[in-house]
Amino acid sequence: MTTTATNATAPPSSPSRPDPARPDRPRREPRRIAFGHRLSRWDLKLSPYLYVSPFFILFIVVGLFPIAYTAVISFMDWDLVRNSGEFIGFEQYVYVLTQPKFWIALRNTFSIFLLSSVPQLILAIFIAAMLDQNIRAKTFWRMGVLLPYVMAPVAVALIFSNMFGDKYGLVNTTLADLGIPPIMWHSDAFASHVAIATMVNFRWTGYNTLILLAAMQAIPRDYYEAAAIDGASKLRQFFAITVPSLRPTLIFVIITSTIGGLQIFDEPRMYDQYGTGGADSQWLTITLYLYDIGWGQWNFGRAAALAWILFLIILAIGIINLLVTQRVVRDEGARGSLGRREQRAAARAARRDLRRATSSGTLADAPAPTTDTPEAAR
Amino acid sequence: MSVLNPAPLAVVEEGIPNASTRRRRPRRVQGSRPGWFVYTSLVIVLGAAIFPFYWSFLIGSGDASTIRDPNMSWLPGGNFLENAASVINDPAVNFWRALWNSVYSSALIAASVVFFSTLAGWAFAKLRFRGSKWLLVFVVATMAVPTQLGVVPLYILFSDLGWTGNIGAIIIPALTSAFGVFWMTQYLQQAVPDELIEAARVDGASSFRTFLTVGLPAARPAAAMLGLFTFVSAWNNFFWPFIVLDRNDPTLPVALSLLQSNYFVDYSIVLAGVLLSTIPLLILFVFAGKQLVSGIMAGAVKG
Repeated sequence: MTTTATNATAPPSSPSRPDPARPDRPRREPRRIAFGHRLSRWDLKLSPYLYVSPFFILFIVVGLFPIAYTAVISFMDWDLVRNSGEFIGFEQYVYVLTQPKFWIALRNTFSIFLLSSVPQLILAIFIAAMLDQNIRAKTFWRMGVLLPYVMAPVAVALIFSNMFGDKYGLVNTTLADLGIPPIMWHSDAFASHVAIATMVNFRWTGYNTLILLAAMQAIPRDYYEAAAIDGASKLRQFFAITVPSLRPTLIFVIITSTIGGLQIFDEPRMYDQYGTGGADSQWLTITLYLYDIGWGQWNFGRAAALAWILFLIILAIGIINLLVTQRVVRDEGARGSLGRREQRAAARAARRDLRRATSSGTLADAPAPTTDTPEAAR
Repeated sequence: MSVLNPAPLAVVEEGIPNASTRRRRPRRVQGSRPGWFVYTSLVIVLGAAIFPFYWSFLIGSGDASTIRDPNMSWLPGGNFLENAASVINDPAVNFWRALWNSVYSSALIAASVVFFSTLAGWAFAKLRFRGSKWLLVFVVATMAVPTQLGVVPLYILFSDLGWTGNIGAIIIPALTSAFGVFWMTQYLQQAVPDELIEAARVDGASSFRTFLTVGLPAARPAAAMLGLFTFVSAWNNFFWPFIVLDRNDPTLPVALSLLQSNYFVDYSIVLAGVLLSTIPLLILFVFAGKQLVSGIMAGAVKG
């Protein structure tokens, strides 16, 4: 009511004029606008939380709650029929850790992981260096390299377990043609790890290649030009400029492939038709063992304990992961993830150049491309 | 990202004294086309990438004896359609059902992940709110949590709800993704200038309206890539569907796994099934793979 009264006396075009009846207070704005303002203030304040909430709500329901619940179940003797459990302390952990199968599975997992990630990374760096040249039909080659990534691991496993067949497999037939005795890909533990690692390498090398390529493209070209002027060969340039600049990206790729590698399931599960990891657990992995305990023996308590053991193993590596990702997240406001990687790579190279320049006494203009501004990294 | 093209010459001029006299040499380094070594390596790599596809066609188009033939021909036989038909008609595999489940669940997951990730990424990248930094760190940290850790209780949860065997059990946990949120945050941070948001706000657009008119269009290249990657990984996912889905109502990877236990002797049928299940993704890749690369390029060029 007062609002309409003041509206009549004061023209709406001067909203800041004080109310003549109460000169100590600023004049109230017309109600409709005030409400709109408040609404938009609330809109501004609340909407960010609304936007991020779907992720967090779903994560709490299907992520956080199950993790906590796994811990609870792992201390229980879970009864499937009653769908509840009886508290028995650390017994399940003790049981799992005293199983020889667990240690075999752990060994297999690490063996397969090493056999897959080391050659894969070396190969990926090499292919990325090839793609980083001034080649024709860039898109075509990039797509070609990524092609295996679209094939399901199950499909890859079926194809490769056929190729690595003990009797009629392509690999052994080829070996026989070369006069080499056949390798027992399915009965020898190490051979089976090689075969499974080959599947992983087939599917993931191209993916990692493209990640490394993106980082390579961010290395300022004038470093190479300067090196070429100094008379460095292509090979020398590769080891002195490319590889050191890739370090942050390499750390990232190593950590993600570690986490993925420790969880490997699809390939060993499909390596033969029984899916039990071989007659003598030659290629039994931890996740395969977890599946067997949980859904083969229907012992959820033990499966949960094993899941937590696996998690603790991964956590050791995950902590490193967190440190790295925190560094990625911290310097906000600059550019994308690749951009940041680019920047760090460029900054590192620039620092090295600076060091080299100062140590050799000729402080040339080497530190010119220091990347305080994101533009310099492009 | 497209560092190759415009920048280097300009940088050379700043970086090296007497740029005019020295310019010729770097330019030659820059412009030189690589030699046979590079192309030979790439052809070998491409060959290794394609060979397993060809191999599965080779075996899949033969019959049960092909694999045992020591003088096997490197040309495909004529039995592919027959083998494919026996995969499709196998009552134990339920191929059409599996195909439909895969298409439907992957599409739904991809659409949902793209939308919610863009929304959350927009908030993290462009809106100021209390605790945003820590929430983002939290999002990133969740990426390190292995899927296995939640599998047992999730299974118990879904069987309590009576959803085991239901395709919903694989869709619901996948509706959002930490990677997606992080990815869109990173992209939107550099893709949208703050002035554009201020302009929209001055024009009286609500927060959500601003998102729709400014954020979504700018996010398109990154969203396309995220959608593609999510679709591929949802399509290929095996561990959780294998646990929770009913054998009569599988997705394609689960159906493939049944194929092997079913026909473990006859690899020609197994590999025909492998190829059959991969064809939809190959088609998608042929069309969208290009867009993926051009999306990366477009995202890097302009703000």
